[in-house]
Amino acid sequence: MRRWAPALGGAGAVLALAALLQAVIALGWVSRFAVAPPSEVIAAFPSLIASEGLGAAFLSTFASTFAAAAIAAAAGIPVGYLLYRFRRLDRAWESWIAALFSAPMVLLYPAFLVVFGRSALVGISMGAVVASIPVILKTREGFLGVSPVLIKVARSFGADERTVFAKVLLPGARGAIFTGLRLALIYAMINVVGIEFLANLGGLGYLVGEMFDRYEIPSMYAATLCVILASALFYLLTGRLERWLSSR
Amino acid sequence: MSVTAIRAATLLAIWAAWEALAQSGLVYEGIVPSSLAVAVAVFRQLSQQEIYVDMLQTAYEVIVGFAVGSLAGVSAGLLLGACRFVDRAAAPYVQGLAATPKIVFLPILMLALGVGAGSKIGMGALSAFFPILIATAEGMQGVSPTLLRVARSFNASGLQIVRTVILPSLVEPILTGMRLGLGVAIVGVLLAEIKFARAGLGHLAIQHYNFLRTADMYAVLLITFALALAANALMGAAGRRLRRRRL
Repeated sequence: MRRWAPALGGAGAVLALAALLQAVIALGWVSRFAVAPPSEVIAAFPSLIASEGLGAAFLSTFASTFAAAAIAAAAGIPVGYLLYRFRRLDRAWESWIAALFSAPMVLLYPAFLVVFGRSALVGISMGAVVASIPVILKTREGFLGVSPVLIKVARSFGADERTVFAKVLLPGARGAIFTGLRLALIYAMINVVGIEFLANLGGLGYLVGEMFDRYEIPSMYAATLCVILASALFYLLTGRLERWLSSR
Repeated sequence: MSVTAIRAATLLAIWAAWEALAQSGLVYEGIVPSSLAVAVAVFRQLSQQEIYVDMLQTAYEVIVGFAVGSLAGVSAGLLLGACRFVDRAAAPYVQGLAATPKIVFLPILMLALGVGAGSKIGMGALSAFFPILIATAEGMQGVSPTLLRVARSFNASGLQIVRTVILPSLVEPILTGMRLGLGVAIVGVLLAEIKFARAGLGHLAIQHYNFLRTADMYAVLLITFALALAANALMGAAGRRLRRRRL
């Protein structure tokens, strides 16, 4: 019981907030055109699933996210390794790459829109660019964190470069690389959904914008809830996955 | 090759690749304008009055939004940091919402705060809120128990403990959170302007896109990027100054 108390408390607070909203909207203190009553939001889900393709929107968003993260991994891990391998390159590029991480990269999306036209590729490529930065930085960090003593021991036992890489470097850097991949998935999703919404291109983000454009307010709230749910689930699952992979 | 040489070569390679793409005719010339056209457009933008009006509008929305988000984030962070139960109860919701792309809340903000500057300020505040909240709450948990015990054994009152132990150890995490928060607040405001606005740098950029004036669009994006980096650097410098003063 004690273990579950915070979870119950949190769920209770959310339910209480929903009830409060329902009450103040019913009393007319808050306009129902600004905040949809929770009961109507729940009632909007069936039609969102049946006629607006909520399931397909989930799949489309997840597919774009994984595609973007996969590209980020394929490009970012080798670059991270290069930075580790060539120290001068690292000194030249590392601070630039770190600066890009705090720069508003997503603002470049109109440029991507110009290059790729109005297609899912815009979200995927934008997500891949943003997501590759944590992959590069974490991969580099992981390789740099491998103890030089271990590498020397392997070499003195006659291990060639390839064996050192496979048996010492890669296992040593694995944890940090997984952290980078997790960050990549999260950043990819944020960018994919954001661009779906901004450019009206398929998926969950599009659904939110579309419901707003049609002024179907309860459905818009329901779609927004789906985005929150998807993001929270993603955050949680990738965290689990990272711990599971690291412990093996 | 020295570090400077590598950097110069990198910039040169990026420029050469861009220029080659622009001149090759592989892509429609409106998509990748020549670097000269972009440079001319930067000059043209900066010599007209319009962009400065948009800059002021964006700056106003970012500053007010960031201030509101910081205040709310620090307050909520103090609450979560001080109360273990609330922290654990709120954790899944805070983490879930923090990982959600904030831009999807724009329709709700437009309904609640109007389609003008209000919803952009709201977007900035909402974006800045979460990193500041999380940094403050983590900072509270990082207050050294030894220092707290020392203060108590010297019979410090509650207020004295807050002033001499808790607040000083919060400066660092809150500054870090605020720096992250400013970055995402700028992005939030600009994205909201891109989606729906009548003024601001984001609006200006998407206007140029809509009328296929790509060189001008790249120019506005470059100027915006430079301003965002400058704001980030300014925030970093302010933080360093504050730290030095305290030491």
